[in-house]
Amino acid sequence: MFDYSVDANGIATIVWNQPDRAANVLNPATFAAWFEVANKAIADDAVKGVVVASAKKDFIAGGDLESLLAVDDILDVMERGHIVNAGMRRIEKGGKPFVAAINGAALGGGLEICLGLHNRIASDNAGIKLGLPEATLGLLPGAGGTQRLPRLIGIKPATPLILTGKAMSADEALKLGILDAIVPEAGLIDAAKAMILEGRARSVQPWDERGFTFPAGASDIKMDTTFFAPQIAALHGRTLDNQPGLRNILSCIYHGSKVDIDTALLIERRYFAATVVTPEAKNTIRTGFFSMQNARKLGMRPEGFETKTFTKVGVLGAGMMGAGIAYSTAAAGIDVVLLDRDMAAAEKGKAYSAKVMDGQIRKGRKTEAQKDALLARITPTDDYATLAGCDLVIEAVFEDRGLKADVTRKAEAVLGEGAIMSSNTSTLPITGLAEASRDATRFIGLHFFSPVDKMQLVEVIVGKETSPETLAHSLDYVAAIRKVPVVVNDSRGFYATRGFRSFVAEGLAMVSEGINPALVENAARQVGMPVGPLTVQDEVSQELGYKVRKQTMTDLGNAYEPDPGHDVIFTMVEKAGRKGRKHGGGFYNYAEDGTKSLWPGIEDYYPRADQQPELAECVKRIAYIQSLEAVHCMEEGVLTDPRDADIGSILGWGFPMHRGGAISQIHSVGLPTFIAECEEMAKKYGQRFEPPALLRQMAEKGESFYAA
Amino acid sequence: MPEAFIYDAVRTPRGKGRAGGGLNSIPPIDLTVTALNAIRDRNALDTALVDDVVMGCVAPLGEQGADIARVSALRAGYAETVPGTQINRFCASGLEACNLAAAQVMSGQADFSIGGGVESMSRIPMGSSGGPWTTDPDVATDLHYAPQGIGADTIATIWGYSRTDVDSLALESQKRAKTAWDEGRFANSVIPVHDMHGIKVLDRDEHMRPQTTMQSLASIDPAFAVMGKKAGYDNIVLRKYPELASINHVHHAGNASGIVDGAAAVLIGSKEAGEAASLKPRARIRAFASVGSEPTIMLTGPSYAAEKALKRAGMTAADIDLWEVNEAFASVVLRFMEAMGTDASNTNVNGGAIAMGHPLGATGAMLLGTVLDELERTGKSTALITLCVAQGMGTATIIERV
Repeated sequence: MFDYSVDANGIATIVWNQPDRAANVLNPATFAAWFEVANKAIADDAVKGVVVASAKKDFIAGGDLESLLAVDDILDVMERGHIVNAGMRRIEKGGKPFVAAINGAALGGGLEICLGLHNRIASDNAGIKLGLPEATLGLLPGAGGTQRLPRLIGIKPATPLILTGKAMSADEALKLGILDAIVPEAGLIDAAKAMILEGRARSVQPWDERGFTFPAGASDIKMDTTFFAPQIAALHGRTLDNQPGLRNILSCIYHGSKVDIDTALLIERRYFAATVVTPEAKNTIRTGFFSMQNARKLGMRPEGFETKTFTKVGVLGAGMMGAGIAYSTAAAGIDVVLLDRDMAAAEKGKAYSAKVMDGQIRKGRKTEAQKDALLARITPTDDYATLAGCDLVIEAVFEDRGLKADVTRKAEAVLGEGAIMSSNTSTLPITGLAEASRDATRFIGLHFFSPVDKMQLVEVIVGKETSPETLAHSLDYVAAIRKVPVVVNDSRGFYATRGFRSFVAEGLAMVSEGINPALVENAARQVGMPVGPLTVQDEVSQELGYKVRKQTMTDLGNAYEPDPGHDVIFTMVEKAGRKGRKHGGGFYNYAEDGTKSLWPGIEDYYPRADQQPELAECVKRIAYIQSLEAVHCMEEGVLTDPRDADIGSILGWGFPMHRGGAISQIHSVGLPTFIAECEEMAKKYGQRFEPPALLRQMAEKGESFYAA
Repeated sequence: MPEAFIYDAVRTPRGKGRAGGGLNSIPPIDLTVTALNAIRDRNALDTALVDDVVMGCVAPLGEQGADIARVSALRAGYAETVPGTQINRFCASGLEACNLAAAQVMSGQADFSIGGGVESMSRIPMGSSGGPWTTDPDVATDLHYAPQGIGADTIATIWGYSRTDVDSLALESQKRAKTAWDEGRFANSVIPVHDMHGIKVLDRDEHMRPQTTMQSLASIDPAFAVMGKKAGYDNIVLRKYPELASINHVHHAGNASGIVDGAAAVLIGSKEAGEAASLKPRARIRAFASVGSEPTIMLTGPSYAAEKALKRAGMTAADIDLWEVNEAFASVVLRFMEAMGTDASNTNVNGGAIAMGHPLGATGAMLLGTVLDELERTGKSTALITLCVAQGMGTATIIERV
């Protein structure tokens, strides 16, 4: 676990070297071992000072999240925290200088260990990242991070770092005063030793000095009123109190700043324990960390096929989607052929990449050279012959079966045997589109989301004939362009579109019941949706919603069942002439100055109900209908893995992370409770809230979607 | 139960509450001393008869801290036996201090008690005392804290008061205050403030802007729009009022109370104490009340406090001749009048805090004196004074001229 040595000058070196693991990871056992070896050095009279180093690529990668998912005993968490705090305090007060010699990433608990040493230097290895990312996992730094960082660099600079979980470069950390120095990588240990030998190393923490005050602003009433009060309001206004972890971070810093370090650590322990048991933290860890990691590492990829490397990809249709796909593909270093009916259209699609890169350059994230290199990889064309040699072709033309069949045939005519043909359709079943392909086993759906350069999700749709190899290689492509795939089976609307529609349609249904539209919009935001369903419908346009339903009616004939939003959409378009924002207004009126206000005319068609529901009831309704749609997708085999359902909902249509995703929400609420609540809602709002058979079966068998 | 009578009421003029304001060079203790001296000297009062001095102050720290009521009494040369206590009911502190002084008398535990208050907003800025309500993350979040201005705008949104509505009330406040000053209606109560050499530094409310017009008001940007949208407060309010699509931000410096410095004191005593001191009572305190109301919108308390006080007095709104409602924000007064079924003809007839300013801890006692002067001037009988109070409260007092 630790390599311990003492040199001739009396400098002990403790090297973190966790066996059988690629990285040093913190858990109760490693903490215990760390304190043991540190105490050995403190107790050894021959030791003048201690250098702490790592044998791994990273210094310490952070905490062990797996164990946190199952935690539910507050007293146990408090006790574990006490052991960590006490151990770190012994080192701080041991009287000997400790120097962290940081060779690689020190994140989360890793950085907290460093903050608990008296001195910190880092190597000039460019990849070093330092930070407290706990907030991004719904947690808070529980090993003193919320107390030591503000005491080291000041309340004002520390608070946003902890709230955002932002990782810093060594240079940034040096500037902030988190590091004492950056030294050449090769001389890191020697530099640390020199600090001790030359008497430059502190052996007392600033907060243990008599008369300590916070740097960059004392913790006084002025700090409370001019810093904490606005921070609280900003956080509350932004999160609508949906993220207890962030709120508890503010509480830790605020309350901790009023007392001495030991009392402050006690306060942090209380808030850490309060946070780690919240459903929000567990949902965020389960989905945001584990499920996301699984998806990025292609955990769902069929085994037995070698990873495919993509060098040339064709994109058919240079509209908004095609242009975005071309950009994302070229950005990953893959050559792109961007084809449209004429050169002008194709060039216009390529120009989109230039625009995105210009934006990045303005923000200082990209250079002109990078832009030129990216643009050089995109070949606009109107000639199908240019597609020769593509490993993959993605069709992104209008949602018209005839057109799609036509471009598929033309593309395949020049493609090699092993190439994959795919469609970016968002609605048309893949199996049907594959009929136009020369080989349905090598045909697949790659459903991107708009705007493609920002949206991380790709829904990978497996048609009836799609081969496992095609799926495996398509996933390789998604990973290559650094997007997150979920795998779904073929059906009308696949998964994301269905889930998204269930959300919007429920909002429309509520309007049709005479519920105050403002209440509907506010409830959706309180759920954690980025925008309300009426705003969304106005953007998508009522007219499009109308056309899609008309088309579906034609397609399905008598089998068409009006969805909960059907009536409102038909009324808005056919009777009220409110066809959406770009058509002059929908649920909202849009003023020229960019402001909008709810259209009062809605009450002529749907009179305001005398009894308005409570906000909490509306919140539950909007949140649960999306989970129910996800369950239907699982029941129908569209989805096979709850992790895909969760990630698809969060990245696909903005379902909130703190609820863990559409399926995690059920797990989090608890299956029996969820079923009982849905039964109640079914009585009030209709059959669609009736718990699906899958849920009842699982409840009967005592099963759950997730182990923890 | 003994009755409580008002024997005298004085106030300092109100100086602009900023650097260079008329009272900025004068520490708050000198303002309270000015008022206490006047109470003693105008009434030839043997201060040893005073059982307590109750002073309101909203930011009781620094030079307003450490029980400014007791140290003011000492500094004014009152008998050493006169205790003092400082209280805080935010904007109604001055009125609450009078109510508590009256309560001491009514309960038979005091013969004379002085109520009053002070706030030097130019020297101790509003909000200086902090407090968990706004700065403790758990408390502020769970209680949906939003500043008063946001609450006032929320009132305007819910009750449908337009920018024109609130500006019109503001303009009327300015007009009425000018008339009142021009006609000397405050002359009996305003005690000029002097410096250490006896040189007069202020004898008039200097916050007034008689040149105000609807056009000049219309040109001012709403003060809380950016705060509401960018600082998060609109969203916080919408969580509590999800039936609103957005908040209509209509308030600004021109239709909200002015930030000023000032102090006031009111001499309250029993009938017997007055007779023994050869003082003539000016009014009796019929009833008073404080209430809690919804804290996020914060400023709807006055109507509930008024109703509670009316009920205690066995009166109805129709029995009140004059209403004095603190003009914290224009919408507060508009909503109060709507809720009580009254109107501007007998409400704030001499203007209010929009024109003359609102020295937080003192205002309630100032309004008590102002409306008493007006009852005497017009020969009317009853008045109800009320103020909205932070954290969702309201305080009201009913007086009757004798």
